Amino acid sequence: MTLTPETNGAARASLAVGLATAAYGISFGALATAAGLDVWQTCFMSLVMFTGGSQFALVGVIASGGVAAGPSAIASAALLGSRNVIYALRMSPVVGSGWMKRIAAAHLTIDESVAVSTAQSTPAAQRVGFWLTGLLVFVGWNLTTLVGALIGNLIGDVSAYGLDAAAAAAFLGLLWPRLKHLQAQAVAVVAAVAAALLTPVVAPGLPVIIAAIVAVVFGLTDWLGTRTTSDTEGAPLA
Amino acid sequence: MTLWQILILASIACFALKLTGYVIPPALLTRPTPARVANLLTVALLAGLIAVQTLGQGQSLVLDARVPAILAAAGLYALKVPFIVVVAVAALVAAGIRLVT
Repeated sequence: MTLTPETNGAARASLAVGLATAAYGISFGALATAAGLDVWQTCFMSLVMFTGGSQFALVGVIASGGVAAGPSAIASAALLGSRNVIYALRMSPVVGSGWMKRIAAAHLTIDESVAVSTAQSTPAAQRVGFWLTGLLVFVGWNLTTLVGALIGNLIGDVSAYGLDAAAAAAFLGLLWPRLKHLQAQAVAVVAAVAAALLTPVVAPGLPVIIAAIVAVVFGLTDWLGTRTTSDTEGAPLA
Repeated sequence: MTLWQILILASIACFALKLTGYVIPPALLTRPTPARVANLLTVALLAGLIAVQTLGQGQSLVLDARVPAILAAAGLYALKVPFIVVVAVAALVAAGIRLVT
């Protein structure tokens, strides 16, 4: 790999994003242990699942519904991870051929690595942006997850300390940068209202999944859409 | 289902989704509609999670210290305060209200 101003710029962006994202790991670790996961389970998620939105979602559903809400927790994590399919498609030509390389790339395909990569102007810089951001976020996210899990274990009881409110605030932080367009704002409001109204009616975990239908309806019909939204809109976030 | 089984199944599902994008022909999903649905799914799920996490108490809806905490968080995000600070403030607001009530 030759160093050019473009690849240097990509490396700087990777470092900045990697450091910024590491901070999210602390809140994930603390919330996961508060939801009843042990430190091993919390670290397993960051190592193996490694997609922040899905991790927060799974922990959120387990926190409110317990292990009984397992199927809903898995479905929530998978549905939130579905955007990674689109990301992977965009990164496919950047990563190139070779099975080992593609499997490694798949694991590092997250909001941040894709956002930094697509922001670069040359193919070499796009490669640097993807791999370096992915690796830096992976290392930082896992280290801070461990720190957060240990902190969460120390401080104990959830609601007494306001960690349940912290979980809601964390979800809001992931959502906030995605609300730039009217269509996204409308989907967010309708989905939130639907999930709240369904809470007394269906089993824990299901309200969120049923609320996802709102996205499918708006997405297929492009109701209130602008037709110009790029698929990394709102990134980078966990 | 044990907690470990849930974590392992969900991890497999998430990895399989990532790998799918490197296996299927790119032309299949680069059209605007699937990309738009995937983006809006993220929005809807996060919004639903916020609602349940803020108002849910098992299978009932309650208004408690979490509501002012999430409103404070929204205000701080609007002011572009960093994520980790907002999350900590939300926890402190809720804990503070619970302390005095």
